[in-house]
Amino acid sequence: MRLHRLLDQDRPEIRFRLDGAEMTARQGDTLLTAILAAGGGWLRRSEFGDGNRAGFCLMGACQDCWVTVEGLGRRRACGTLLAPGMEVRRG
Amino acid sequence: MKVVVVGAGPAGVRAVEQLVRSGLSPTWLDEAADGGGRIYQRPPAGFRRDARALYGFEATRAAALHATFDALAPRTDWRPGTLAWHIRPQARRLYAMQDGAQQEIGYDALLLCTGAMDRVIPLPGWTRPGAATLGAAQIALKAQGCAIGRRVAFLGTGPLLWLAAYQYARAGVEVAAVLDTTRFAGKLAAAPGLWHAPATLATGLYYTAWLRARRLPVTEGIVPLAIEGDADGVTGLRWRDSAGRDRATQCDAVAMGWGLKPEAQLADLAGLPFDFDALQHNWVPRRDAAGRAPVPGIYLAGDGAGIAGAEVAEIAGARAALALLEDAGQGVDAALVTHLDRALRRQARFRAALDRAFPFPSALAAGLADDTILCRCEAITAGELRAAAAEESALVPAPEVNRAKAYSRVGMGRCQGRVCGPAGAEVLAAALGCTVAEVGRLRGQPPVKPIPITAMERVAG
Ligand SMILES: Cc1cc2nc3c(=O)[nH]c(=O)nc-3n(C[C@H](O)[C@H](O)[C@H](O)COP(=O)(O)OP(=O)(O)OC[C@H]3O[C@@H](n4cnc5c(N)ncnc54)[C@H](O)[C@@H]3O)c2cc1C
Ligand code: FES
Repeated sequence: MRLHRLLDQDRPEIRFRLDGAEMTARQGDTLLTAILAAGGGWLRRSEFGDGNRAGFCLMGACQDCWVTVEGLGRRRACGTLLAPGMEVRRG
Repeated sequence: MKVVVVGAGPAGVRAVEQLVRSGLSPTWLDEAADGGGRIYQRPPAGFRRDARALYGFEATRAAALHATFDALAPRTDWRPGTLAWHIRPQARRLYAMQDGAQQEIGYDALLLCTGAMDRVIPLPGWTRPGAATLGAAQIALKAQGCAIGRRVAFLGTGPLLWLAAYQYARAGVEVAAVLDTTRFAGKLAAAPGLWHAPATLATGLYYTAWLRARRLPVTEGIVPLAIEGDADGVTGLRWRDSAGRDRATQCDAVAMGWGLKPEAQLADLAGLPFDFDALQHNWVPRRDAAGRAPVPGIYLAGDGAGIAGAEVAEIAGARAALALLEDAGQGVDAALVTHLDRALRRQARFRAALDRAFPFPSALAAGLADDTILCRCEAITAGELRAAAAEESALVPAPEVNRAKAYSRVGMGRCQGRVCGPAGAEVLAAALGCTVAEVGRLRGQPPVKPIPITAMERVAG
């Protein structure tokens, strides 16, 4: 899945790392937006072997967007704002 | 008097306004970083669209609510980014978490304005990246300026279906299809009862007319079949039209939803009884017309107390706060109370007509194929839930949803059944041959959302 940046996108660029790879996003992005707009495609792998997930509700209800942020632990990608230099890992 | 308010959406803001007017300074928390709630969610700092661009027809209401919130927050103990995760009603204590730090808050009165979430019906492929709720599609656009795809199909029923499709089309996204599972939805949307709220009706009709005028592919009375995809996510949606023909729509995202359900886990932990509202087809926490719960010190307002929309949420928030003040022996403006009660009664007639126009398609949920994933947390299928109800099962058949949860784990995952609950109840009721009201509702458990285990142990110990 890819999020498409449409409106209000003239915000400063910030950099972060996704599974070790350098990525670019915008200030004010959630982790979910940053990853899925940069072409990450998904957020987590189902523990039950039925494929990748990329969130569902975007409002903190479904819990299907958990990623790990270095130093912060597990976070919901839809409700966590990206900060410059964050190291994000997917499970 | 120590008052705590959970939620800073339309209901919470109007409630706190009344409390502050009476000289109180409540503790006010919301899991979100800012006030506004769902409909009037504000983007983070740095976004520049104005209210008109963000909220369309609701811009004036949104701006008014935000202005009220901004004026109130400094006059209260406002705690953004704070999740309320447990209540002990006898001890009158609320447990919350902010930035990983635990908070224990005592209260004399607690006002819950926790809002709602999308109600969904699973279908094959709905866990694929690119499948999302209607609310999610809106939030991406409103709060992040992004679309969930380049070519998006909209599936479900109810006002949010048309609204979300309209908002996407306006933003320049290709709308692959608007697929309404209600037959004649457009005509029903103009049902007589809806004239009780002419403004809302007018905007609803405007969206549908706008979509049709642009010849966007709108189809009513459809049956969804499957969301198709590959390793990259969604590639299409298969569905059956009202004439029984199988159809396919190419798209890279699907936004789906069948109305809303109350976010009522905290009300549950507060010990409130729940009733099944047959018209709205939801379990709702019990309260009187003013918002008083049968548990002392607890009040409810907004969509968390039963789905009624943003306008009602504002009225109900103010009314519940006045009930709280009355019960505390404070004088309240009797004319205002009368005015609010009248407005609530008028809106209730509108809501009933809306619920009749867009009924929850129970049969669609009840008829899920055995191999369709029902619980996305733990990838449990509809068939596995049916097995919990089967006579030939080695165990005693599960007579209600909580026993079925223990057998099948449906509802035991990290979302606590928020997503699978409504459809799961339909599957179980059909398997048992009883009504969905008879299979009961999933009981809420602390924490209402996952939090670090150490924080919970500290409270339990
Ligand atoms: C995603 C979504 C989009 C919607 N969009 C529209 C729309 O465009 N137009 C429309 O007419 N209606 C929309 N609705 C319907 C909406 O429910 C109502 O219009 C309105 O927002 C209800 O107001 P409220 O104050 O009752 O709840 P909300 O606005 O939902 O506010 C509830 C608040 O409580 C907070 N909260 C909940 N639980 C907790 C907790 N445990 N701890 C801390 N905080 C908590 C939430 O973070 C939220 O901010 C939408 C609903 C959803 C779910
Ligand atoms: S997408 Fe549902 S909790 Fe984040």
